[in-house]
Amino acid sequence: MSLISEGANVGRPGGANLVDQGRYEAALDEPSIAEVGDYIALLKPRVMSLVVFTALVGLAVAPGSVHPITAFTALLCIAVGAGASGALNMWYDADIDKVMTRTARRPVPAGKVKPGEALAFGLTLSGFSVVTLGLLVNWISAALLAFTIFFYAVIYTMWLKRSTPQNIVIGGAAGAFPPMIGWAAVTGSVSLEPILLFAIIFFWTPPHFWALAIYKKGDYGRAGVPMLPNVAGDAHTRLQILLYTLLLAPLGVSPWMLGFTSALYGAVSVVTGAIMVLLAVQVYREVSPADRACRHLFAFSILYLFLLYAVLLADRGWGGLIARVAA
Amino acid sequence: MDDNKKPESQERGGQSNGGIVLTEAQQRARRSRSVAIAVSLIVLVVLFYIMTLVKGPAVLVRPL
Repeated sequence: MSLISEGANVGRPGGANLVDQGRYEAALDEPSIAEVGDYIALLKPRVMSLVVFTALVGLAVAPGSVHPITAFTALLCIAVGAGASGALNMWYDADIDKVMTRTARRPVPAGKVKPGEALAFGLTLSGFSVVTLGLLVNWISAALLAFTIFFYAVIYTMWLKRSTPQNIVIGGAAGAFPPMIGWAAVTGSVSLEPILLFAIIFFWTPPHFWALAIYKKGDYGRAGVPMLPNVAGDAHTRLQILLYTLLLAPLGVSPWMLGFTSALYGAVSVVTGAIMVLLAVQVYREVSPADRACRHLFAFSILYLFLLYAVLLADRGWGGLIARVAA
Repeated sequence: MDDNKKPESQERGGQSNGGIVLTEAQQRARRSRSVAIAVSLIVLVVLFYIMTLVKGPAVLVRPL
């Protein structure tokens, strides 16, 4: 079975292949018209805000003390590192971004930022964020940040995304690392609790993205990205969404079951986990194409992750952060 | 020939005999990028300065 959906437009990857060679070389001689806002867009600010939030939770719930300015520095470096990997992603994926309605207006496919500029920007920020985190906080968290950038830019973007329908399952690890980096910034180590925080985001990613992929199937098909619905069909994807959600719901409750959190977190995780399962069952049972149910699951999955982490922050981290600032 | 008319290459921000001539928009964009780079470097220097004060003598201790 081909991994690429029939009729898909599979071009050579990479921003340099976005335009034909003659026009590309001529464009290199043209002075840049990129504004600061275009470079900020390369950082994927909305993704960055979620990364900062989950890293803050990892940092706040970690045992031990950290100076608030050190905590701020760690969050800044994690945010910049996440933005850098976003810029590298936009450089490499410019050719497929151009044919997808959701991404066509990004700075590189829109012609505002040249591919080479996006690459240089991403590499520079990657280097600065990792070295600064290592020098000012600790090298364990810096190593984790470097691995996260490498995983997202190379393993996910350059390899998995265009080669396997399991792309977002394995690639989801990149989005799951930030709370672990936050934890490591405080403790200088990694233990079971941050691994749980990692696992929650890791198992949350497939139902979240596959719900989107079902109702954006046309976009992914035109771009030649072998998302699961394009390769294995809607019915199989909906079954996978249900199975991953059945794994996710108890995993979300596990920090409470293992005694890391209070009953408040337990109650919120049980209720929101049950809603996730109900929505996943609706996705599974709704008559194809199940767009409505998928949109509901996609929207609620964002709220689900936010609620779990927000309650964790309120429950475990908030008091700790205030105590550290007061100290 | 109309003296007020710029050469085509100059209007596009291309090359003329005197080198690359930027259009107004290109100059504005370059200025805004330069300011952003300057601000970023100042923030980095201030961050290292403050963190050195925060860490005190421990700034020289670098355990892995």
